[in-house]
Amino acid sequence: MSQAVELPKWLDVVVLPLVNLLMALAVCALVVAGIGLNPVQVLTLLVKGAFGSASGLSYTLYYATTFVFTGLAVAVAFHGGLFNIGGEGQAMMGGLGCALVALALDQHLSAPLLLPLMVLAGALFGMAWALVPAALQAWRGSHIVITTIMFNFIASALLAYLLVNVLKEPGNMTVESRGFSEAAQMPGMHQALAWLGIEWPRTPLNLSVLLAAVSAVGVWLFLWKSRAGYELRAVGHAPEAAHYAGINPRLQVLVAMGISGALAGQVGLNELAGVQHKLLLDYVVGAGFTGIAVSLIGRNHPLGIVLAALLFGALFQGGAELAFEIPAFSRDMVTTLQGLIVLFSGAMARVAAPALAKLYQRLRPAGAAHA
Amino acid sequence: MLETMMGLLDPVFWGGLLASTLRVSVPLVLCALAATLSERAGVIDLGLEGKMLMAAFAAAATGAATGSLPLALAAALAVGVALSMLHGYACVSHTGDQVVLGMALSMIAAGLTVVLGIAWFKQGGQTPPLSDAVRLAPWGTGLATALQALPVVGAGLGTVLGQGLLGHNVLVYAAFALVPGVWWLLYRTRFGLRLRATGENPAMVDAAGLSVKALRYSALALNGALCALAGGYLVLAQNPSFVPNMTAGRGYMALAAMIFGKWHPVSALWACLLFGFLDAAAIRLQGVSLPALLGGGAVPVQAIQALPYLLTVVLLAGFIGHSRAPAALGVPYLKER
Repeated sequence: MSQAVELPKWLDVVVLPLVNLLMALAVCALVVAGIGLNPVQVLTLLVKGAFGSASGLSYTLYYATTFVFTGLAVAVAFHGGLFNIGGEGQAMMGGLGCALVALALDQHLSAPLLLPLMVLAGALFGMAWALVPAALQAWRGSHIVITTIMFNFIASALLAYLLVNVLKEPGNMTVESRGFSEAAQMPGMHQALAWLGIEWPRTPLNLSVLLAAVSAVGVWLFLWKSRAGYELRAVGHAPEAAHYAGINPRLQVLVAMGISGALAGQVGLNELAGVQHKLLLDYVVGAGFTGIAVSLIGRNHPLGIVLAALLFGALFQGGAELAFEIPAFSRDMVTTLQGLIVLFSGAMARVAAPALAKLYQRLRPAGAAHA
Repeated sequence: MLETMMGLLDPVFWGGLLASTLRVSVPLVLCALAATLSERAGVIDLGLEGKMLMAAFAAAATGAATGSLPLALAAALAVGVALSMLHGYACVSHTGDQVVLGMALSMIAAGLTVVLGIAWFKQGGQTPPLSDAVRLAPWGTGLATALQALPVVGAGLGTVLGQGLLGHNVLVYAAFALVPGVWWLLYRTRFGLRLRATGENPAMVDAAGLSVKALRYSALALNGALCALAGGYLVLAQNPSFVPNMTAGRGYMALAAMIFGKWHPVSALWACLLFGFLDAAAIRLQGVSLPALLGGGAVPVQAIQALPYLLTVVLLAGFIGHSRAPAALGVPYLKER
């Protein structure tokens, strides 16, 4: 039976999460060794693939961009006391909004006008998709975990329907929309750096990464430096006390999920406006779920989330490189590690606490024994 | 138009639809029963998908390696129950977050099955097709033929019932037989009463001198075994081999069916049959055009596929009846605070 174990703050904030992460990595290393690969070699190649070249680094940052958006989305909802598993569906709908604006206006507007509109549309569509489960939670008491899962499936069916029946070009066999014109394409990092006279390899990394950075700062300012953010955290932390202090808990559910959905909606900007330049099926590929892992190891703090997103970006990029070099290695190892991290850093986050407390009792200097 | 009408009068069409409804419903029924047991004991299970997928892989890998049906089933059961025990260790013993654990199990399963599949069989994550000795054989095909050969009713009713209800494998009948079994366990035995009490008011169960932990672990053990049967069914009966992510959201659909069935095994069965029917109908209606009466155009198959989730949301919102979760669902129980 694990009672709540009291640990000194530095152990609780720094050491325990590290121990949990190490346990996940250790189990993953066992799996790697189990299928006959050398974990040290795999790790070396992985780090080299993710950071060893300008191109590898760019891919890492490109993946990290998506994970910052979905990680922040999970974190904002979490601070409001809600578990948003619907990032996947909200990202799909955000991408749909982004693409609809692009398809409707890319012949009429220029990029400086159109791209902000696409950001806005992505945010609004993602927000709208999150607000329905939010309203059902706030007014009808429907469990938001279940409704957001259901909304992921409904989003995927809706996207498939629209692509097959409405947005697909006649005569095209693949299920995708027509391509966006230049005006609706987010400039790639190689283009942006070329304007400044810097040469950079051509990769999927695009200027959405700047929006991700701004979003992280924005979420930090909102949660810890604004009255609205304080109210949101108050409801998440102590709903009864917040209600007594005059904060409307129902409104806060809408605020938390609305912002959460708007953030998840930006996945479409990075993937569709930045890379694919068209609307297609399955461009979210689990990013919403990776956001849960990112938020968990980032401890729901924007700085932690940026670092965790970089970690996952490196894992996805390094994993892709590895799959090229070692045929026996599959990228699904990264999904496995992601699951292990959610297991050890999330569901079993406190399992190591008693052992750590015991170790600390034994090792700390004798003078401080009776604190 | 006329052809569509003729198709609807064909007993072979209805027999086939009935048969595929039952077959598609089986993993849903087994997982919904699994979820009913754990959630009635107060433990949320979002890991149905992961448990089912891992068990399916275990059955397929063992079946391909040994060529033995009992060993394949035993491997599935061992993996299913082991994952449920991990569920218990994290959430019952260590009061971990049950929703997060479910997500973790599903992610690990999605990744690990492919990693091991590629390492062991080198077929892009698939297992080799299982031989007939490992697969579950159909039962009662002779009786089905006899029914169809009956005078008067054979061509119509006999065909519908014969093709629809007979000639399935043993797990299909077992799944439907387990529904009254679980009902009896939950509502007619002392164990079931205690289990339900644990989900509603664990402190009371504790005060009565019973172990909340033991009850929740037992519920989870049964839950793991049922998920394992569902996973085994996918590779031993439905599909010729294991395919990456072959559960394709069925675990979540089963969860939806259990909620739709208001945490009751028999109501959950009806929900599973409804969802299974929608699934089977959607597959049959792919590419079929609507009758001119309804405006023509293709049948919106995606709408039919989304209907189970939509119905569950509407039910959860309290617009059609009311679905109430066990009171202590998702709340870890701490003894002697």
